[in-house]
Amino acid sequence: MGLKTPLYVTHLKSGAKIIDFGGWDMPLHYGSQVNEHHSVRRDAGVFDVSHMAIIDLKGARVLDMLRYLLANDVDRLKSPGKALYSCMLSADGGVIDDLIVFYLGPTWFRLVVNAGTRDKDLAWIGSYASRFAVQVIERIDLAMLAVQGPNAIAKTLPLLTPESRQIALQLAPFMGCFVGSWFIARTGYTGEDGFEIMVPAEEAAALWASLRAQDIAPIGLGARDTLRLEAGMNLYGQDMDESYHPLESGLAWTVAFDPPERDFSGRVALQTLRTSYTREMVGLVLNERGVLRRDQRVMSSLGEGLVTSGTYSPTLNASIGLARVPRGFGPNAQVEIRGKLHAARVIKPPFARYGKSSIHNSGSTP
Amino acid sequence: MNDIPADLHYTTKHEWLRRLPNGQVEIGISDYAQNALGDLVFVEVPEIGRRLRAGEACAVVESVKAASDVYSPISGTVVAGNAELASHPELVNLEPYTAGWLMRMEIDAPEPTLLDADAYAKHLAIQVR
Repeated sequence: MGLKTPLYVTHLKSGAKIIDFGGWDMPLHYGSQVNEHHSVRRDAGVFDVSHMAIIDLKGARVLDMLRYLLANDVDRLKSPGKALYSCMLSADGGVIDDLIVFYLGPTWFRLVVNAGTRDKDLAWIGSYASRFAVQVIERIDLAMLAVQGPNAIAKTLPLLTPESRQIALQLAPFMGCFVGSWFIARTGYTGEDGFEIMVPAEEAAALWASLRAQDIAPIGLGARDTLRLEAGMNLYGQDMDESYHPLESGLAWTVAFDPPERDFSGRVALQTLRTSYTREMVGLVLNERGVLRRDQRVMSSLGEGLVTSGTYSPTLNASIGLARVPRGFGPNAQVEIRGKLHAARVIKPPFARYGKSSIHNSGSTP
Repeated sequence: MNDIPADLHYTTKHEWLRRLPNGQVEIGISDYAQNALGDLVFVEVPEIGRRLRAGEACAVVESVKAASDVYSPISGTVVAGNAELASHPELVNLEPYTAGWLMRMEIDAPEPTLLDADAYAKHLAIQVR
């Protein structure tokens, strides 16, 4: 038996199929993973993401610590509530984790990290926290729900008080704010608009029920994976881990080399790799029937690589995947599936966002 | 609960077999199997004329989550594959014992012992415990 979120019983009552995910008993789906996927692309869905770890960091030197610990530069965060996506790197540039960091005040930041890396992250952060006299507070008292889809915001707003509604309505993308005991952020992992809402654990079941009453569909981790892959987002432990650096993981855009005087963990290694790295992440769309899966070989005239994530895309009605390949790979490739070669197109992710395919203008066709 | 029609035969790997009036057999995967796999998005059935031994991997059913092999319950020759599944793999989820059949075969060796519905139900009960 694994760890359970405050919504575990709610999921069981909703007919969820439960699986182990990073040590947590989580809903895979509530009947049909494909229908759940469509609900999020076309309307609105709610996910229990309470397995993710919320970590508050407080102290006079918390900014200095995070400017060293994170590859993206938290000094870019000037207004309270602003969020940033970043990798946390080892000295050799390997990805320890990817995370969202919120700036909540001059002495207070909040991290949201992956469930499977919680202990490792806490140990890594802890080893620096004492040096910077930063307090590390794991917010196990909070649950987190993600409401995503074109109608997610409109369907969530009526649950708020009129004053809170005004604040939430004005949230820019990648901004969060406190609304009473809740923290609402306009963030997500689906390629759709929506909120992620952190609430006291004891309020989670009531919030879930209110959202369901707004005709928001419950969504399991199965659809969460197909949605994030369509949106071209990496999954930690699958598309990257400590044996890969961000440049070969499609995450060069998250590494802030400027200002040059800022030292950060992994900087020296990445600085060298910046001109010499040989592999990159690309998107693949299978031209034939079949399904791309992790570890399948993908070949082009430039050499070969491996699929890191693959699935069936309900939005494209085709199979899509991410692959780590030699740089300059494409525009056409072949993927080996059960001993046979199948033609695929090489594209720049995302595959789908805001309800639609986004690969038509990828420049992948000759 | 899992639907287990009484008139079919089963394997411990969740295939079912139906005897047809013409002596051929029809083969598919059980309701339990389709439910465990989740939404199917791709089905590959064997080519007509292929000879299979009992227990040989002969078809692939892929859900959003994973690919699974289907094993032939008997030794024989494939005489038909369900072409509908190419464009409608979800038929296996919706009608696992009827429209979602995978292939039809001509038996060419004595049949191995298969499970009847009661024995398969007991097998499932042990499996999920």
